[in-house]
Amino acid sequence: MSWLWGAILFWLGAWALNARLAGSRFAGRRVVRFFVPALFGVTLLVLWEGIVRGLGVPGVILPPPSAIWETITGAVPVLWGDFVQTIVKGALSGYVIGCGAAFLTAVAIDRSPFLQRGLLPVGNFVAALPIVGIAPILVMWFGFDWQSKAAVVVVMVFFPVLVNTVAGLAATERMQRDLMATYSASYWQTLFKLRLPAAMPFVFNGLKIATTLALIGAIVAEFFGSPIRGMGFRISTEVGRLALDMVWAEIAVAALAGSAFYGLVAAAEKAVTFWHPSQRGRK
Amino acid sequence: MRSVLPILAVLAAIVALWYAATVWLNSQWTYDQAARAGVEVSFGEVVVDTLNQDRPVLPAPHQVAEGLWDGLAGQKVTSKRSLVYHGWVTLSATLVGFAIGTGLGILLAVGIVHNRAMDMSVMPWAIASQTIPILAIAPMVIVVFASVGLTGLIPKAIISAYLSFFPVVVGMAKGLRSPDAMQLDLLKTYNAGGWDTLWKLRLPASMPYLFASLKVSVAASLVGAIVGELPAGATSGLGARLLSGSYYGQTIQIWAALFAAAILAAGLVMIIGGIERGTLRRMGMAR
Repeated sequence: MSWLWGAILFWLGAWALNARLAGSRFAGRRVVRFFVPALFGVTLLVLWEGIVRGLGVPGVILPPPSAIWETITGAVPVLWGDFVQTIVKGALSGYVIGCGAAFLTAVAIDRSPFLQRGLLPVGNFVAALPIVGIAPILVMWFGFDWQSKAAVVVVMVFFPVLVNTVAGLAATERMQRDLMATYSASYWQTLFKLRLPAAMPFVFNGLKIATTLALIGAIVAEFFGSPIRGMGFRISTEVGRLALDMVWAEIAVAALAGSAFYGLVAAAEKAVTFWHPSQRGRK
Repeated sequence: MRSVLPILAVLAAIVALWYAATVWLNSQWTYDQAARAGVEVSFGEVVVDTLNQDRPVLPAPHQVAEGLWDGLAGQKVTSKRSLVYHGWVTLSATLVGFAIGTGLGILLAVGIVHNRAMDMSVMPWAIASQTIPILAIAPMVIVVFASVGLTGLIPKAIISAYLSFFPVVVGMAKGLRSPDAMQLDLLKTYNAGGWDTLWKLRLPASMPYLFASLKVSVAASLVGAIVGELPAGATSGLGARLLSGSYYGQTIQIWAALFAAAILAAGLVMIIGGIERGTLRRMGMAR
């Protein structure tokens, strides 16, 4: 019981501290902006640990964070193998192929307004569909190894990136294009010097959406069949053995990988579109 | 309306490509069968055969349409082979989860907008959680709830709710903040309290943002319900249909279930779009 009360006390204390910090005149400081959510995250972990230990929740329902951490540190080689199989081989290769193909397609159909008017509604429609359902078919076609996962990821990321890139290529203003025309710039010069740079904020918007989709695609595709490694495989088999600490460890790795992937793309966006108002405003 | 022709052209191109791919992918099997029987086949016979196989690598569009029609209209609605039955199982979990997730999301967004401490603590996590492949927890949720005796609709609805929760929180928090300082000042001069500001200014102003995120989250909750049916044990629902099709090599069944899911998703998004148009027009916000 003391675990439970301790956790609740910690929660109340942390909440009071956060409320004071948020109301104080330091609220705008960078340290505080970082500290408040961090403390909230720690509080959630402490509350989780306290409730699980205090109420004696069995480990097959919800393991405490400390047990999950022990599993993570104890099973690094397994987790690393799964990470390489799913994220590096499956998700990353599919992401690169899918985004590259979508980008090239967008540039290719850019010269034909007819194709654009036809493809955009279809692309928007497909982007809202549960594409992840295509996973069993692609697993049948490409086998159990990472190639089928990469194929699922290619299909999943293609349409969001395509739609955003096409929208981005249309984002220049008449005046800017006229200026390029007075410079007697060719189509390709206008594309590379004006329209592609102007499209970058949109392209990165699509790329950021695609990061999460890529991980989801790679993990869910493994539920339909995979070699004996991979995060989706590990999650579904360890769930069957009720080894939930291992499942949570995989989820922690997936969450970390997802955030890091997103962070990388966001950092690239910052470097490429430094001129955009949304980036300039941020300090 | 001038975009109807291009859309039809693109769709026709997709169907044509699909037929070509069907012939190409399925011809291997036809040639193998012919070689085993010791007969020569002409190209015309190959084309006819590839489009009518029982278990093709890629079913032709008309086979999928046939399977879909058979599943939707050719069976009794209560039959285990009816896609209406499986679709309803998935749809009910989707809707329950969507309602829970949206309700909680709006409540949390109101809390975030009205409480600065909550804004600073919760908001970064809500945004970060969108970068996490949360769908990976689906099998665990199903099994854990099964181990405490809960099966069927509720665990799937919880996954759906979880997936639809965060888009609504982020979109609603943005929408509730969308009134500018001038409008907030006006309400202050009316001596309006926080409650009045919420009801009369912030909530109406947030509607376009709410509908934009509802469209995202309804699609997400359908995906959540389908993935929630994947772990072994589920016998009904579109996800279970996909899984059993992939176990037994029934490609037509997989494609039919896939198209049923697509129709369901498109229908849900269109219903929300219709409500959005109606609401915004009544509120004078239609553009």
